[in-house]
Amino acid sequence: MESNSRRGFMGKAFGAVAAVGAVGSLVAMKSSWDPLPSVKAAGFTTLDMSTYEENELITEKWRGKPIFVLKKTAAMVASQTDAQKERDVVVDGMHFMLAIGLCTHLGCIPAYKGEKDGFLCACHGGQFDWAGAVTKVPPPRGFDIPPFKIDGNKLVLGEAGPEYTKMKETGITL
Amino acid sequence: MAHFTKATSVKDWLNQRLAIEKVEKVMASEYWIPKNINFLWAMGMVLVITFVLLLVSGIFLLMYYQPSVGMAFDSVNYTIMREVGFGWLWRHVHGVAASVVFLIIYIHMFTGIYYGSYKKGREMIWISGMLLFIAFSTEAFSGYMLPWGQMSYWAGMVITNLFSGGSLHADGLVEWIRGDYVPAQAFLTRFFMLHVLLVPIAIMGLIGLHFAALRIPHVNNQDGDEIDFEAESKKYLDGDKAGSKVMRFANDFMSKDMMVVGVYLVFFFYLVFYNYGFAMDPVNFDPADGLKTPAHIYPEWYFLWSYEILRPFNIDLGLALFGFAQVIFVFLPFLDRSPNSVPASRRGAFKYWFWGMLIVMIVLTAMGKLPPEGMFSTIGLVAAIIFIAMWIALPIITSLEKKL
Ligand code: FES
Repeated sequence: MESNSRRGFMGKAFGAVAAVGAVGSLVAMKSSWDPLPSVKAAGFTTLDMSTYEENELITEKWRGKPIFVLKKTAAMVASQTDAQKERDVVVDGMHFMLAIGLCTHLGCIPAYKGEKDGFLCACHGGQFDWAGAVTKVPPPRGFDIPPFKIDGNKLVLGEAGPEYTKMKETGITL
Repeated sequence: MAHFTKATSVKDWLNQRLAIEKVEKVMASEYWIPKNINFLWAMGMVLVITFVLLLVSGIFLLMYYQPSVGMAFDSVNYTIMREVGFGWLWRHVHGVAASVVFLIIYIHMFTGIYYGSYKKGREMIWISGMLLFIAFSTEAFSGYMLPWGQMSYWAGMVITNLFSGGSLHADGLVEWIRGDYVPAQAFLTRFFMLHVLLVPIAIMGLIGLHFAALRIPHVNNQDGDEIDFEAESKKYLDGDKAGSKVMRFANDFMSKDMMVVGVYLVFFFYLVFYNYGFAMDPVNFDPADGLKTPAHIYPEWYFLWSYEILRPFNIDLGLALFGFAQVIFVFLPFLDRSPNSVPASRRGAFKYWFWGMLIVMIVLTAMGKLPPEGMFSTIGLVAAIIFIAMWIALPIITSLEKKL
């Protein structure tokens, strides 16, 4: 009897030690798969907004992701609804559509088909208008807007300026 | 044991130390196989052979492949294809086997469904088989990443995005899986590890479980006969080989298996030498480019049916139904409420269910490959709904079935 309970105790003691070790190693394993600090740190891109042509979609790169920059024509700006206006990034009086160019469904890059047809995502047939809002599912929401800060006629991606923070608060972007 | 005698032969020496005679009996000479089974039962052996082909060709590819985003593409398409002697052979064997293995798995699976081999004490065979299917899918997907072509990159992007859980928007999880904001070096190296180490180990373990699950309840047969394996094997050992309903696995039954394997290998190497292209997507011969999506993204043919279930719905519903399609087959033994484990042709409505399911999956596969526009979208949507509805109907129609 006595030896039994002694064995039982040893079993439990071993279990406790093993459990602590197992939890510890899970934490280590989880962290080993986290993005590296160097990956997280790299990632500010500065764009000179005065170089863009009207109604010509330019794809920039930020954190490996494509960033759409579309300078709107005066006609486009004039025809905008309120919802569309709210998504505009205004730099030095020029209106831009700025967005992470990945479909919010599963992350393909939609192609720009011009002002009338907007963006078409070939992967599952999603569509967006030229302001970046969804016009055909499956994408659940309009393009996400990357964190930006306006600095004269420059735009710094990766830093959240007041305009971006406001967009985030009003739920225009996630 | 612990009592050793002077060995009379090498076999005897080993036998005293490794009990090889016992092992031989358990694994082969007294492993009993029913006589009334057809060539479809040989698919298990065909899969074993294909797995070995994958393993051997993979080892040779592994020696020259470079898991780095800058070099992966060239190490496959230049070094292995042009420089390494017979490197092209290993690659084509590996690529073709990776595709064909799914064809055989589907045949194996639908054979099991048709003959009711997942029922009455054989549930674990089915469940371990479905776990193997999942492991093979992971293996195929992680391997698809490695050449780091356009399709590799964008398939990696799309599939890892599935883990954001739609509106849950779990971007942190997705970035954790990738180790970066987009598929990049960390992603490639960890999928390389999964492909060559972790998943293969899991597959081998599951193959062991699958065999063990088969060894005890024994393999089903073409008529769904309940065979008394003990009595029948005794008959066989006593000399009544013709009267017994069972036979030895080795060498009696093996010879038939090997015949099928022989035919299969001829077909397989015909593909390897003359038609390897079907297993290689042309888009994947462009190096990965994070700033350009190919016009159409589609998975390999064996994932098309479940991909198509994802596509016509909004993101959350699509994901939920996709998840449903992934796991529902595992539950087949419990959803089929009828005790009959005979061929589908001798059962009631299940007969139509079986053929209906096969057709729906073929339609989904075809629609998954076509661009998601117009008519094709509609057909895909209807097929996806029928697929779901059929699974919901299964317990009802099978419980109405009378006992044979
Ligand atoms: S990724 Fe764009 S519609 Fe699915």
